[in-house]
Amino acid sequence: MHEMSIALHIKDIVIDSIPGDQEGARVDAINLKIGKLTAVVPKSLRFCFNIISRDTPFKGAILNIEEPPLILFCNDCNKESTIIKPPFICQNCKSSNIEFLSGRELLVASIEVSQP
Amino acid sequence: MEIKVVRDILDVNNTVAEKNREFFSDKGVFVLNLMSSPGSGKTATLEKTLVRINNKIPAAVIVGDICTTNDAERLLKTGTPVVQINTDNFGGECHLAAHVIRKAADDLDLDSIKLLIIENIGNLVCPAEFDIGEDMRGVVLSVTEGEDKPLKYPLMFRVCDFALLNKTDLLPYLDFDKDKAIENIRAVHPGMPVFEISATKGDGFDDWTDWLCAMAENKFID
Repeated sequence: MHEMSIALHIKDIVIDSIPGDQEGARVDAINLKIGKLTAVVPKSLRFCFNIISRDTPFKGAILNIEEPPLILFCNDCNKESTIIKPPFICQNCKSSNIEFLSGRELLVASIEVSQP
Repeated sequence: MEIKVVRDILDVNNTVAEKNREFFSDKGVFVLNLMSSPGSGKTATLEKTLVRINNKIPAAVIVGDICTTNDAERLLKTGTPVVQINTDNFGGECHLAAHVIRKAADDLDLDSIKLLIIENIGNLVCPAEFDIGEDMRGVVLSVTEGEDKPLKYPLMFRVCDFALLNKTDLLPYLDFDKDKAIENIRAVHPGMPVFEISATKGDGFDDWTDWLCAMAENKFID
Protein backbone atom coordinates (compact mmCIF):
# COMPACT_ATOMS: atom_id res chain seq x y z
CA MET A 1 0.00 0.00 0.00
CA HIS A 2 2.87 2.40 0.73
CA GLU A 3 5.15 0.74 -1.81
CA MET A 4 4.88 3.79 -4.06
CA SER A 5 6.45 6.03 -1.43
CA ILE A 6 9.08 3.36 -0.77
CA ALA A 7 9.81 3.25 -4.52
CA LEU A 8 10.18 7.06 -4.62
CA HIS A 9 12.64 6.95 -1.72
CA ILE A 10 14.64 4.28 -3.57
CA LYS A 11 14.67 6.46 -6.68
CA ASP A 12 16.16 9.39 -4.73
CA ILE A 13 18.80 7.19 -3.09
CA VAL A 14 19.82 5.63 -6.41
CA ILE A 15 20.15 8.99 -8.17
CA ASP A 16 22.15 10.25 -5.19
CA SER A 17 24.47 7.25 -5.35
CA ILE A 18 25.61 7.56 -8.96
CA PRO A 19 29.15 8.97 -8.63
CA GLY A 20 29.75 12.47 -9.99
CA ASP A 21 32.39 11.24 -12.41
CA GLN A 22 29.99 8.70 -13.91
CA GLU A 23 27.77 11.21 -15.66
CA GLY A 24 25.54 9.55 -18.22
CA ALA A 25 26.02 6.16 -16.59
CA ARG A 26 23.25 3.63 -16.81
CA VAL A 27 22.09 1.75 -13.74
CA ASP A 28 21.82 -1.92 -14.68
CA ALA A 29 20.76 -3.29 -11.33
CA ILE A 30 19.64 -2.15 -7.90
CA ASN A 31 20.24 -4.52 -5.00
CA LEU A 32 17.82 -4.19 -2.12
CA LYS A 33 17.48 -5.92 1.22
CA ILE A 34 13.92 -6.10 2.48
CA GLY A 35 13.60 -8.17 5.65
CA LYS A 36 10.74 -10.55 6.27
CA LEU A 37 9.42 -8.45 9.17
CA THR A 38 8.76 -5.29 7.20
CA ALA A 39 5.50 -3.94 5.85
CA VAL A 40 6.69 -4.05 2.25
CA VAL A 41 5.44 -6.44 -0.44
CA PRO A 42 8.22 -7.07 -3.00
CA LYS A 43 5.77 -7.74 -5.84
CA SER A 44 3.97 -4.41 -5.31
CA LEU A 45 7.30 -2.64 -4.96
CA ARG A 46 8.45 -3.99 -8.35
CA PHE A 47 5.22 -2.75 -9.92
CA CYS A 48 5.61 0.76 -8.49
CA PHE A 49 9.30 0.83 -9.30
CA ASN A 50 8.66 0.10 -12.97
CA ILE A 51 6.32 3.07 -13.14
CA ILE A 52 8.59 5.61 -11.45
CA SER A 53 11.76 4.51 -13.26
CA ARG A 54 10.43 5.41 -16.72
CA ASP A 55 12.28 8.69 -17.18
CA THR A 56 15.36 7.95 -15.14
CA PRO A 57 18.89 6.61 -15.72
CA PHE A 58 17.68 3.29 -14.27
CA LYS A 59 14.84 2.60 -16.65
CA GLY A 60 14.77 -1.17 -17.18
CA ALA A 61 17.23 -1.81 -14.32
CA ILE A 62 16.93 -5.17 -12.61
CA LEU A 63 15.58 -4.91 -9.09
CA ASN A 64 17.23 -7.64 -7.03
CA ILE A 65 15.41 -8.07 -3.75
CA GLU A 66 17.06 -10.13 -1.03
CA GLU A 67 14.69 -10.97 1.80
CA PRO A 68 16.67 -11.64 4.98
CA PRO A 69 14.87 -14.08 7.28
CA LEU A 70 13.74 -13.19 10.78
CA ILE A 71 16.60 -14.22 13.05
CA LEU A 72 16.35 -13.74 16.80
CA PHE A 73 19.17 -13.53 19.32
CA CYS A 74 18.31 -14.73 22.81
CA ASN A 75 19.77 -12.63 25.62
CA ASP A 76 19.22 -15.49 28.09
CA CYS A 77 20.82 -18.48 26.35
CA ASN A 78 22.86 -16.54 23.76
CA LYS A 79 21.55 -18.70 20.92
CA GLU A 80 20.22 -17.58 17.54
CA SER A 81 17.03 -18.91 16.03
CA THR A 82 15.26 -18.36 12.74
CA ILE A 83 11.48 -18.11 12.82
CA ILE A 84 8.84 -17.66 10.16
CA LYS A 85 5.92 -16.49 12.32
CA PRO A 86 5.03 -15.35 15.85
CA PRO A 87 5.45 -15.95 18.74
CA PHE A 88 8.70 -14.02 18.84
CA ILE A 89 10.47 -16.25 21.35
CA CYS A 90 13.77 -18.12 21.42
CA GLN A 91 13.34 -21.51 19.76
CA ASN A 92 15.91 -23.00 22.12
CA CYS A 93 14.84 -21.88 25.61
CA LYS A 94 11.48 -20.20 24.85
CA SER A 95 12.61 -16.91 26.42
CA SER A 96 11.02 -13.71 25.16
CA ASN A 97 14.10 -11.66 26.06
CA ILE A 98 15.18 -11.46 22.43
CA GLU A 99 16.53 -9.06 19.85
CA PHE A 100 16.13 -9.14 16.08
CA LEU A 101 19.41 -9.88 14.32
CA SER A 102 17.85 -9.74 10.88
CA GLY A 103 14.46 -9.40 9.25
CA ARG A 104 13.92 -5.66 9.77
CA GLU A 105 16.18 -4.48 6.92
CA LEU A 106 14.90 -1.92 4.45
CA LEU A 107 18.05 -1.04 2.55
CA VAL A 108 19.50 -0.09 -0.79
CA ALA A 109 22.60 -2.31 -0.52
CA SER A 110 24.30 -1.43 -3.81
CA ILE A 111 23.79 -0.41 -7.42
CA GLU A 112 25.46 -1.70 -10.56
CA VAL A 113 26.33 0.92 -13.17
CA SER A 114 27.87 0.85 -16.65
CA GLN A 115 28.69 3.39 -19.32
CA PRO A 116 26.38 3.14 -22.34
CA MET B 1 30.70 -1.70 -11.74
CA GLU B 2 29.07 -2.30 -8.39
CA ILE B 3 28.78 0.68 -6.07
CA LYS B 4 28.12 0.02 -2.38
CA VAL B 5 25.29 2.16 -1.05
CA VAL B 6 23.94 0.59 2.18
CA ARG B 7 21.36 3.28 2.92
CA ASP B 8 18.13 2.79 4.79
CA ILE B 9 15.33 3.37 2.28
CA LEU B 10 13.48 5.42 4.87
CA ASP B 11 16.47 7.42 6.08
CA VAL B 12 15.01 10.71 4.84
CA ASN B 13 11.86 10.09 6.87
CA ASN B 14 13.87 8.84 9.86
CA THR B 15 16.01 11.97 9.87
CA VAL B 16 12.96 14.22 9.84
CA ALA B 17 11.38 12.07 12.57
CA GLU B 18 14.46 12.51 14.76
CA LYS B 19 14.29 16.29 14.23
CA ASN B 20 10.60 16.22 15.18
CA ARG B 21 11.48 14.33 18.36
CA GLU B 22 14.05 16.97 19.35
CA PHE B 23 11.67 19.79 18.41
CA PHE B 24 8.82 18.41 20.53
CA SER B 25 11.15 17.65 23.43
CA ASP B 26 12.46 21.22 23.39
CA LYS B 27 8.87 22.42 23.53
CA GLY B 28 8.16 20.12 26.50
CA VAL B 29 5.58 18.12 24.57
CA PHE B 30 5.10 14.36 24.87
CA VAL B 31 3.93 12.79 21.60
CA LEU B 32 1.74 9.71 21.27
CA ASN B 33 1.21 8.03 17.90
CA LEU B 34 -2.08 6.14 18.03
CA MET B 35 -2.74 3.54 15.36
CA SER B 36 -5.33 0.87 14.52
CA SER B 37 -7.39 -0.62 11.73
CA PRO B 38 -10.34 1.45 10.44
CA GLY B 39 -13.37 1.20 12.70
CA SER B 40 -11.63 0.06 15.87
CA GLY B 41 -12.87 3.16 17.68
CA LYS B 42 -9.79 5.38 17.73
CA THR B 43 -11.76 8.60 17.47
CA ALA B 44 -14.36 7.54 20.06
CA THR B 45 -11.51 6.49 22.36
CA LEU B 46 -9.86 9.88 21.93
CA GLU B 47 -13.11 11.75 22.55
CA LYS B 48 -13.50 10.04 25.94
CA THR B 49 -9.80 10.28 26.69
CA LEU B 50 -9.62 14.04 26.00
CA VAL B 51 -12.65 14.81 28.18
CA ARG B 52 -11.03 12.85 31.02
CA ILE B 53 -7.59 14.42 30.79
CA ASN B 54 -8.58 18.00 29.94
CA ASN B 55 -8.22 19.17 33.54
CA LYS B 56 -5.06 17.14 34.17
CA ILE B 57 -2.80 17.82 31.22
CA PRO B 58 -3.16 20.33 28.34
CA ALA B 59 -3.38 18.34 25.11
CA ALA B 60 -3.80 18.75 21.36
CA VAL B 61 -4.52 16.33 18.54
CA ILE B 62 -3.29 15.90 14.98
CA VAL B 63 -5.70 13.66 13.14
CA GLY B 64 -4.87 12.00 9.85
CA ASP B 65 -7.40 10.70 7.40
CA ILE B 66 -7.33 10.06 3.69
CA CYS B 67 -10.29 12.40 3.36
CA THR B 68 -13.10 14.19 5.29
CA THR B 69 -12.80 16.35 8.40
CA ASN B 70 -15.38 14.33 10.34
CA ASP B 71 -12.94 13.11 12.98
CA ALA B 72 -11.55 16.59 13.61
CA GLU B 73 -15.07 17.99 14.04
CA ARG B 74 -15.89 15.28 16.61
CA LEU B 75 -12.69 15.87 18.56
CA LEU B 76 -13.06 19.68 18.54
CA LYS B 77 -16.24 19.27 20.59
CA THR B 78 -14.08 18.12 23.53
CA GLY B 79 -12.56 21.62 23.63
CA THR B 80 -9.13 20.35 22.55
CA PRO B 81 -7.15 22.04 19.74
CA VAL B 82 -7.23 19.78 16.67
CA VAL B 83 -5.41 19.89 13.34
CA GLN B 84 -6.71 17.70 10.54
CA ILE B 85 -4.39 16.29 7.90
CA ASN B 86 -5.96 14.93 4.75
CA THR B 87 -3.53 12.93 2.67
CA ASP B 88 -5.62 13.09 -0.49
CA ASN B 89 -9.23 13.76 -1.35
CA PHE B 90 -9.50 10.67 -3.51
CA GLY B 91 -7.63 7.97 -1.69
CA GLY B 92 -4.02 9.00 -1.13
CA GLU B 93 -1.41 7.90 1.32
CA CYS B 94 -1.99 5.14 3.81
CA HIS B 95 0.18 6.53 6.61
CA LEU B 96 1.41 9.79 8.09
CA ALA B 97 5.07 10.57 7.38
CA ALA B 98 7.36 12.66 9.59
CA HIS B 99 7.44 15.80 7.41
CA VAL B 100 3.65 16.01 7.45
CA ILE B 101 3.63 16.08 11.25
CA ARG B 102 6.13 18.91 11.50
CA LYS B 103 4.01 21.01 9.13
CA ALA B 104 0.78 20.27 10.99
CA ALA B 105 2.42 21.15 14.31
CA ASP B 106 2.97 24.71 13.06
CA ASP B 107 -0.80 25.18 13.34
CA LEU B 108 -0.74 24.38 17.06
CA ASP B 109 0.35 26.50 20.02
CA LEU B 110 2.87 23.98 21.36
CA ASP B 111 3.90 26.24 24.25
CA SER B 112 0.48 25.79 25.80
CA ILE B 113 0.33 21.97 25.62
CA LYS B 114 2.18 19.06 27.20
CA LEU B 115 0.66 16.15 25.29
CA LEU B 116 0.22 15.79 21.55
CA ILE B 117 -1.79 12.82 20.36
CA ILE B 118 -1.47 11.90 16.69
CA GLU B 119 -4.36 9.82 15.40
CA ASN B 120 -2.77 8.02 12.49
CA ILE B 121 -4.60 6.79 9.40
CA GLY B 122 -6.65 3.64 10.00
CA ASN B 123 -4.31 0.90 8.79
CA LEU B 124 -2.38 -1.83 10.60
CA VAL B 125 0.31 -2.18 7.94
CA CYS B 126 1.95 0.98 6.66
CA PRO B 127 2.02 3.30 9.72
CA ALA B 128 4.07 0.63 11.55
CA GLU B 129 6.99 1.32 9.24
CA PHE B 130 7.08 5.13 9.55
CA ASP B 131 8.67 6.87 12.52
CA ILE B 132 7.03 10.30 12.90
CA GLY B 133 9.02 11.50 15.91
CA GLU B 134 6.74 10.17 18.63
CA ASP B 135 7.71 9.25 22.19
CA MET B 136 5.24 6.39 22.46
CA ARG B 137 3.17 4.26 20.08
CA GLY B 138 -0.17 2.68 20.85
CA VAL B 139 -2.47 0.37 18.93
CA VAL B 140 -6.25 0.04 19.38
CA LEU B 141 -7.73 -3.41 18.81
CA SER B 142 -11.48 -3.86 19.13
CA VAL B 143 -13.29 -7.04 20.15
CA THR B 144 -15.34 -6.96 16.93
CA GLU B 145 -12.13 -7.81 15.06
CA GLY B 146 -10.44 -11.23 15.11
CA GLU B 147 -8.41 -12.46 18.10
CA ASP B 148 -5.64 -13.25 15.63
CA LYS B 149 -5.09 -9.65 14.44
CA PRO B 150 -1.78 -9.41 16.37
CA LEU B 151 -0.54 -12.54 14.57
CA LYS B 152 -1.66 -11.21 11.19
CA TYR B 153 -0.05 -7.80 11.74
CA PRO B 154 2.92 -8.67 13.96
CA LEU B 155 5.02 -5.65 13.01
CA MET B 156 2.37 -3.22 14.25
CA PHE B 157 1.96 -4.97 17.60
CA ARG B 158 5.73 -5.33 17.94
CA VAL B 159 6.54 -1.65 17.39
CA CYS B 160 3.80 -0.37 19.70
CA ASP B 161 4.38 0.24 23.40
CA PHE B 162 0.85 -0.53 24.57
CA ALA B 163 -2.52 -1.76 23.31
CA LEU B 164 -6.08 -0.66 24.02
CA LEU B 165 -8.62 -3.47 23.74
CA ASN B 166 -11.78 -1.54 22.86
CA LYS B 167 -15.54 -2.23 22.72
CA THR B 168 -15.40 -4.61 25.70
CA ASP B 169 -19.07 -3.78 26.42
CA LEU B 170 -19.89 -5.94 23.36
CA LEU B 171 -18.15 -9.06 24.71
CA PRO B 172 -21.37 -10.71 25.98
CA TYR B 173 -22.76 -10.65 22.44
CA LEU B 174 -19.68 -11.96 20.61
CA ASP B 175 -17.66 -15.16 20.35
CA PHE B 176 -14.49 -13.11 20.82
CA ASP B 177 -11.99 -14.91 23.07
CA LYS B 178 -10.50 -12.02 25.02
CA ASP B 179 -7.83 -14.10 26.80
CA LYS B 180 -6.70 -15.52 23.47
CA ALA B 181 -6.46 -12.02 21.99
CA ILE B 182 -4.26 -10.85 24.86
CA GLU B 183 -2.17 -14.03 24.58
CA ASN B 184 -1.68 -13.27 20.86
CA ILE B 185 -0.65 -9.68 21.59
CA ARG B 186 1.97 -10.93 24.05
CA ALA B 187 3.18 -13.63 21.65
CA VAL B 188 4.26 -10.81 19.38
CA HIS B 189 5.23 -8.38 22.15
CA PRO B 190 5.89 -10.04 25.52
CA GLY B 191 4.89 -7.96 28.53
CA MET B 192 3.04 -5.35 26.49
CA PRO B 193 0.58 -3.36 28.64
CA VAL B 194 -3.02 -3.97 27.52
CA PHE B 195 -5.89 -1.76 28.73
CA GLU B 196 -9.42 -3.10 28.37
CA ILE B 197 -11.78 -0.24 27.58
CA SER B 198 -15.20 0.60 26.24
CA ALA B 199 -15.14 3.96 24.49
CA THR B 200 -18.93 4.15 24.38
CA LYS B 201 -19.55 3.23 28.05
CA GLY B 202 -16.35 4.66 29.53
CA ASP B 203 -15.25 1.40 31.18
CA GLY B 204 -11.55 1.13 31.90
CA PHE B 205 -10.79 4.79 31.20
CA ASP B 206 -9.55 5.60 34.72
CA ASP B 207 -6.64 3.15 34.45
CA TRP B 208 -5.84 4.05 30.86
CA THR B 209 -5.92 7.84 31.22
CA ASP B 210 -4.04 7.80 34.57
CA TRP B 211 -1.31 5.76 32.92
CA LEU B 212 -1.20 8.02 29.85
CA CYS B 213 -0.89 11.17 31.98
CA ALA B 214 1.83 9.54 34.09
CA MET B 215 3.79 8.54 30.99
CA ALA B 216 3.54 12.06 29.58
CA GLU B 217 4.55 13.72 32.85
CA ASN B 218 7.42 11.30 33.47
CA LYS B 219 9.17 12.37 30.30
CA PHE B 220 10.07 15.75 31.70
CA ILE B 221 10.89 14.75 35.28
CA ASP B 222 14.65 14.60 35.78
